[in-house]
Amino acid sequence: MTNLLLTIDTGTIDWSRAQFALTAIYHWLFVPLTLGLALIMGIMETIWYRTRKPFWLTMSKFWQKLFGINFAMGVATGIILEFEFGTNWSNYSWFVGDIFGAPLAIEGIVAFFMESTFVAVMFFGWKKVSAGFHLASTWLTGLGATFSAWWILVANAWMQYPVGCEFNPDTMRNEMVSFLDVALSPFAIGKFCHTVTSAWIIGAVFVVAVSCWYLWKKREVKLAKESIKIAAVVGLIASFAAALTGHVSGQQVAKVQPMKLAAMEALYSGGTEQGLTAIAWVNPFCQPDYLNEESAPLKIDMPYALSIMATDDPHGFVPGIKDIFRGGYKNAKGELEPSIDEKIARGQQAITALAAYRQAKKDGADDAIVNQQLSILNANMKYFGYGYIKNKADLVPFIPINFWAFRIMVGMGCLFIVFFAVIILLTFNIPYLSVITRRLLASVHLLPETETDNYDIAHLPAWHYWAAIALVPLAYIASESGWLVAEFGRQPWTIQDMLPTWVSVSDLQSGSVMLTFFLFLILFTVLLGVEINILLKQIKKGPSASQNEK
Amino acid sequence: MNKRSFLYRVYDLYADGFRHMTLGRTLWAVILIKLFIIFAVLKLFFFPDFLATHAEEGGEADYVATEILKNN
Repeated sequence: MTNLLLTIDTGTIDWSRAQFALTAIYHWLFVPLTLGLALIMGIMETIWYRTRKPFWLTMSKFWQKLFGINFAMGVATGIILEFEFGTNWSNYSWFVGDIFGAPLAIEGIVAFFMESTFVAVMFFGWKKVSAGFHLASTWLTGLGATFSAWWILVANAWMQYPVGCEFNPDTMRNEMVSFLDVALSPFAIGKFCHTVTSAWIIGAVFVVAVSCWYLWKKREVKLAKESIKIAAVVGLIASFAAALTGHVSGQQVAKVQPMKLAAMEALYSGGTEQGLTAIAWVNPFCQPDYLNEESAPLKIDMPYALSIMATDDPHGFVPGIKDIFRGGYKNAKGELEPSIDEKIARGQQAITALAAYRQAKKDGADDAIVNQQLSILNANMKYFGYGYIKNKADLVPFIPINFWAFRIMVGMGCLFIVFFAVIILLTFNIPYLSVITRRLLASVHLLPETETDNYDIAHLPAWHYWAAIALVPLAYIASESGWLVAEFGRQPWTIQDMLPTWVSVSDLQSGSVMLTFFLFLILFTVLLGVEINILLKQIKKGPSASQNEK
Repeated sequence: MNKRSFLYRVYDLYADGFRHMTLGRTLWAVILIKLFIIFAVLKLFFFPDFLATHAEEGGEADYVATEILKNN
C-alpha cells in the first residue's frame, strides 16, 4: 500500500494543483449561496408583488441584503483561477486554445454584465423603478448568476469530456469545430443541472438556519416561520432534483470516465449485475492494493444498483480498475475498449508523429512525409495523453478521496430530503401525513409530547434549531465533496485522455507556487472571516435594519 | 439634462444609490481592497503571463511544443 503522506510531492505540479484546488474551493463557498438565495429571494419578492403586503417586502429586502453581502464577497474570486491558468498551467492554457476561452469570454461579457447591471437595480431601484421592473431585475440577477455558472461548467465539462474540437499541430492548440457541441455537451448539461440544484439546497439550508436562529432567540418569528416554509419547499424540490441530476451525471461518468466511477465505488474487479457500495472499509489515507484485492473489505452493497445506475440495465457490465487496465470489454458506444497498454502505445505514436510532423514542416520536407505523420497523429490523437504514462498506477485516481467524498455527498443529499420533508410536514398541515409524522417523531422523543397534534415550530426545544444551524457547514461539505469527486476522480488528466497534469504545468520553481499558495491561504482566510463577520452582524440586526439600508 | 430622460434616470439610480449606501460602503470597501490585492499585487508581482515572458512573440506554439514533447 502506498501511504498518502509519504507520496506528497512538493514539486511544482502538486503545489499548482493544491493552489488551484484551494482557490476553486474558496470560490465555491460563495457561488452556491448566490444561486440558492437568488431563487428564494425571487420567490419572496414575487409573493410581495402579487399580495402587496408590507411583510413580504420586508422579507424580500432582508434576504436580498444577505444575498448582496455574499455576492460582494464572492466578486472576482474566480478571476484568480484564470491567473493561475496563465502562470501555473501555461502548456494547458495554450493547448486548450479557444475552446476554453470562448465560454469564459461569454461568461465574462454577457453573464457578468447582466448580473451586475440588474443587481444595481435590485439594490438601488426600490423607489426608482416600478415594482414589476424591480421584480424582473431580481429574477434577472439570479438568472445572470445561473447563466454565468452555465458557461463555467461548459468549460469544466469540456475538460472532462472534450468534444467539438480538433487538434491543430501547427498552432499546438485545440480548435473549436462545433460551438454547439461544446456549449450543449451532454456532460455540461448534466453538470449544470446537478450543480445548480445542489446550490439551491445550500440556499435553502442557509435560510432555514438563519430562521432557526431567530426562532431560538424568539424574535422575527413570523419572518422566520414563513422563510422556513419557502426554503423547505425549495429545498425538498432541489434535493429530489439533485438526486435525479446526480443519477444522470453518474451515467455520463460511467460512459466517458469509467476510471472515475471505479474509484468512486472502490471497484477493483467489475462485471455484470454490479451492486452499488453502500459502505465498505476504504482506508482514508492509503491507496488500496487494487491489483491484489478483489474488493474493498467489509463491503455491503445494494444489489444491481451500480449496473442500473451506470447502464440502466440490472445486468449491465460495469468495468473495475483491473478491467479498465485489461480492456477487451464493450464500452458505452458498443465498441471493444482497448487495453491501457494499447492506449499507451497509441499515445506514444501520436506524440512521436507530432514531433516528426513539426520537424518535417520545419525542414521543408516532402508533403507526403508531412501528411503521413499527420495521419498517424490524427488516428491516435484520442489517446495522446496516454503516451506520457510511464506507470499504469498513475491512471488510478486516489481512491479513498473519491470513495468517501462520494458517500458524504450522497449521504448528505439523502439527509436533506428527510430534513426538508420533515419541516414541510411540521409546518404545513398535510392531511394524515403531518399528524403521522408528528406522532412518529414524538414517539421517538424527537418532538416534545403534546396533547394535540398541532406543533408550532416557534416553540421547539433549542437543539432542533441548533441542529438546523449545524446543517449549513454540512451542506457546504456535501457540495465541496461533489467537486472533489469531479476533480480528483479525473486525475491524472487536466483534459481527459489528452493531457496529464505533469505535462500541463508551467516550468516554474515550486517555491514560487508554494509562496502564492500560502498568500492565498492567508488572503482567503481573512476575507472569509470578514464576510462571515459582516453577514452575522446583519443577521443580528435583523430585517428592521434592512428597511432603509442600502 | 431632462430629468425624465432615460439616461438621467439611469444616472440618478446609480448616483442616488451610491450616495445613500450604508452597508454598501463597507462592501464596496472590501471589494476595492480585494480588487487592488488581486490586480495590483497578485497579478502584477506573482502571476505573470508565463508564455509572454518565456516564449518569443508569435513563437508560443514552438515553445509549448518543445515543453510538451520534452515531457515524453
